[in-house]
Amino acid sequence: MKAKAMEREERVSEEAYAYTPGLKVKRAMTITKTRRLPIPGEVFVKEGDKVNYHDIVARTEIPGDPEIVKVALLLGVEPEDLPRYMIKKVGDKVAKDEVIAAYNALFGLIKKRVPSPIDGIIESISDVTGQVIVRGLPVPVEVDAYIPGEVVEVLPREGAVIETNAAFIQGIFGIGGETHGEIKMAVKSPEEALTHDHIKVGDKGKVLIGGSMVTLEALRKAVEVGVSCIVVGGIKHRDVTTFIGEEIGVAITGHEEVGLTLIVTEGFGEMKMSRRTFDLLKSFEGYLAAVNGATQIRAGVMRPEIIIPHNEFFEQSSMEELSAGMVPGTPVRIIRQPYFGAIGKVVSLPVELQKIQTESDVRVLDVELEDGRVVTVPRANVEIIEE
Amino acid sequence: MVTLRKPKEEMRYILATDVGSTTTKARFFSNESGEWRFVIAGEAPTTVEAPYEDVTLGVRNAVREVEELTGHRILAPDGSGIVVPYDGKIGVDLYCTTSSAGGGLQMMVAGLIKTMTAESANRAALGAGAIVMDVIARDDGRQPYQKIQRIRSLRPDMILLAGGTDGGATAHVVEIAELIKAAGPKPRLGAGYQLPIVYAGNKALQPQIEKLMGSEFALTLVDNIRPVLEVENTEPARRAIHELFMEHVMSHAPGYTKLMKWTDVPIMPTPAGEGMAMQLIASVYKENVLGVGLGGATTNVYSVVDGRFVRSVSANLGMSYSVTNVMKSAGLPNIVRWLPFKIDEEEVANRLMNKMIRPTTIPQTLEDLIVEHAVAREALRLGLEHHKTIATRLKGIQVQRTISDMFEQELEETYIKMMIIDIIAGTGGLLSHAPRRIQSMFILTDAFQPEGVTKMFQDSVFMMPHLGVLSTVYREAAWNIFDKDCLVRLGTVIAPAGVGKLGDPVMTVELEMPDGEILKEEVKFGEIKRINLPERQDANAVITPQRGFDVGMGPGHKLEKKVMGGVAGVLLDGRGRPLQLPEDEGLRKELLVKWWQAIELYPMDELKELI
Repeated sequence: MKAKAMEREERVSEEAYAYTPGLKVKRAMTITKTRRLPIPGEVFVKEGDKVNYHDIVARTEIPGDPEIVKVALLLGVEPEDLPRYMIKKVGDKVAKDEVIAAYNALFGLIKKRVPSPIDGIIESISDVTGQVIVRGLPVPVEVDAYIPGEVVEVLPREGAVIETNAAFIQGIFGIGGETHGEIKMAVKSPEEALTHDHIKVGDKGKVLIGGSMVTLEALRKAVEVGVSCIVVGGIKHRDVTTFIGEEIGVAITGHEEVGLTLIVTEGFGEMKMSRRTFDLLKSFEGYLAAVNGATQIRAGVMRPEIIIPHNEFFEQSSMEELSAGMVPGTPVRIIRQPYFGAIGKVVSLPVELQKIQTESDVRVLDVELEDGRVVTVPRANVEIIEE
Repeated sequence: MVTLRKPKEEMRYILATDVGSTTTKARFFSNESGEWRFVIAGEAPTTVEAPYEDVTLGVRNAVREVEELTGHRILAPDGSGIVVPYDGKIGVDLYCTTSSAGGGLQMMVAGLIKTMTAESANRAALGAGAIVMDVIARDDGRQPYQKIQRIRSLRPDMILLAGGTDGGATAHVVEIAELIKAAGPKPRLGAGYQLPIVYAGNKALQPQIEKLMGSEFALTLVDNIRPVLEVENTEPARRAIHELFMEHVMSHAPGYTKLMKWTDVPIMPTPAGEGMAMQLIASVYKENVLGVGLGGATTNVYSVVDGRFVRSVSANLGMSYSVTNVMKSAGLPNIVRWLPFKIDEEEVANRLMNKMIRPTTIPQTLEDLIVEHAVAREALRLGLEHHKTIATRLKGIQVQRTISDMFEQELEETYIKMMIIDIIAGTGGLLSHAPRRIQSMFILTDAFQPEGVTKMFQDSVFMMPHLGVLSTVYREAAWNIFDKDCLVRLGTVIAPAGVGKLGDPVMTVELEMPDGEILKEEVKFGEIKRINLPERQDANAVITPQRGFDVGMGPGHKLEKKVMGGVAGVLLDGRGRPLQLPEDEGLRKELLVKWWQAIELYPMDELKELI
């Protein structure tokens, strides 16, 4: 136990001096996904079971919505007298429109009835407020496997951990939730923009790979056709805003219901998809992929992902692996103006602070770009391209 | 009551940390020659998330950096934590910490009437350093089922329930309590414990509330937040929130049980520490303070006006994670109006979106820096607007009106008037990292538009929360460090309120400088001047505004006042209040460049290349 804690601690201090690791683009790695219910329920799988995308792993029921009925007010009686007029008691099952309380006066000349607004159970009767709370019927909640693979752990009453061998690509930003489909290259090169002409009727259910960006018309046509997901390098701010119907305020996404999942790999504006990402996706054309656009940048960074299960490569690398940091030769991508999107290799990492154009003294590094130029950029403005 | 391990006069070393959502910041202080001073800072990534899930690892790493930089050992060799007190070789005499990791303190508040008890409850929760997720009230315009759905979807750390004056409303208050109980909210940090609820409503209802909620929630009963309509008493609720924060919230966050054992001083939410620091400034100077913490995700605004402390938090106004939300709330044209060069609005939008998804990047070009500064002005402006909706006079009280009030449209709700603010203090990454100090002074001036004579401060190294929590147990040490090493005196802004025509005279300012020299400056409308007056030096000023312009004594009336020097000097701002940028694009850009040139805001050669 203590040894484990020490090992953890060592890893932490190592990371303290490392730089922000880039997004993962891996040909083969072991992926594990924990599929968990929001509250305890029943788990349907056992260790060693093989599961597919749609298989239900666990199921539960969450308590229904409560409905507040102002019974005393409706009957015209004082709250403290309410219990006398209740036909149903706490714990009783009631059907919609079934009478739960009644008031008769003047030998039946005045009759008042209060029906239940929903199917449910009487949860409470208050003699202070004169309110009755009817609890609605439970709502079932299911969790599917999301990725095909093997159940490696069962979390009793909560869910299961699924493991698979797959290619794994992280995007920088996405919208829309979990889905899956067959990978199809919609463009010929990472520089090419994905326009509506590229989208065909036969693309229904596919994961379409674009190049430098996707146009608004293309997104709309993709929804019409029934495309599952679009993966591209960039998208214009104006287009994504129009497509979702509102400005994105903070980067917490995944719940949009816009008809497809969108994954952006580089950033906003027209941005050539990184050659590595493009080539990797191309080599898996025709494979089924599980994708998720959910993005959350603050607290527990969550990036959109493309998981392509396969059994062809077995080189192992762990998802928990920590970046070793930057050294001369490390491939990097510049992620801010004036060289945004440029790819290169670290040439040197000067120790001293340097004054940049803004007059700030910052730690910098020299990068040799693909075109041979050597430029100096703040260390905060590059990300490592993980090999 | 906190028991210190050593008498104050024998203390030599103090360590304070702030466990932030991304970085844990350690600050080390020492008393070498009878005076408490800041020594060094150490920082490390916060380790609240998987795979670490133990904040003390990040604290240890930050402290280790302090050890490496100073050679002074603080951590116990056996890994048991921080050694307290200092034994002559190792350790510190006092360790305290603030925390906002894992989302800080997230609360839901409820009251009877939106503008009365619910508003008071909101102020109490904010003042305690919480992020208020929602305010539920009987008249908030939502149907009961909508409120229930909302409460069910929230997972707060705590609920503050108010309602009714003492001996006042009863049934309606219980109704709100029944609604909360029916919704059955679950605590954010796991379902294994009871959700804490503080009841600060009608005292007569305490037994009924106890009966209704006592078995399902961790209920604490405190004095009414509005015992009578005319009085707001937030202190008992605030104290209960802090206690519950330690007992119920922090103890369920990863690693905090351990951290709580390391410190003798209760762990405080970061904004509460920052608020203490702002109150410290107000109490030492005995003046009204407007403070702001402009962060990456949120903007906190604090005011201390006539002794009344109010905090507001704009949870989604910030310079990195929330930068696009500033764009969404302010609108792109409002950001672009602060730029003197031609740039496509869509290009600005794309850049801000890219900053949001890569929040740790920094501007490399002057153009990019100026764009960020434009966003900062808007974030601050919106943050202050929001603050004004929280810092309001108590509603529900009959206000005596004079004949002259009758002619005014409506009695203004907020009591925050820039003319009565004597001090503006700023903190946060963008302000402290501004390459020239005049930039943070000018950004604050453009955004808050101080009126009259206003002292401007900012923090040197981020340590206001640290000193805030320290001030709760050792005020003298905290103030000395604050004064000497934390507060940077930017200078003073002299800005008459009023509007005129470009080029018309606005005021004359006569300054008797520390060396006896008399400087006389005439300021015209639309003009701005900067006078050098170093930090820790004062000048006697005689300010004579023109008719229609006011510096605090009424329109056209002279003011004699001592003005404080600073690293950015004294700014004579003749641009008028409210500050209006010309509609005409050409004139607007011309004026911006003229102002910037007059005060040497940016390197001019590079700026000219952009225009």
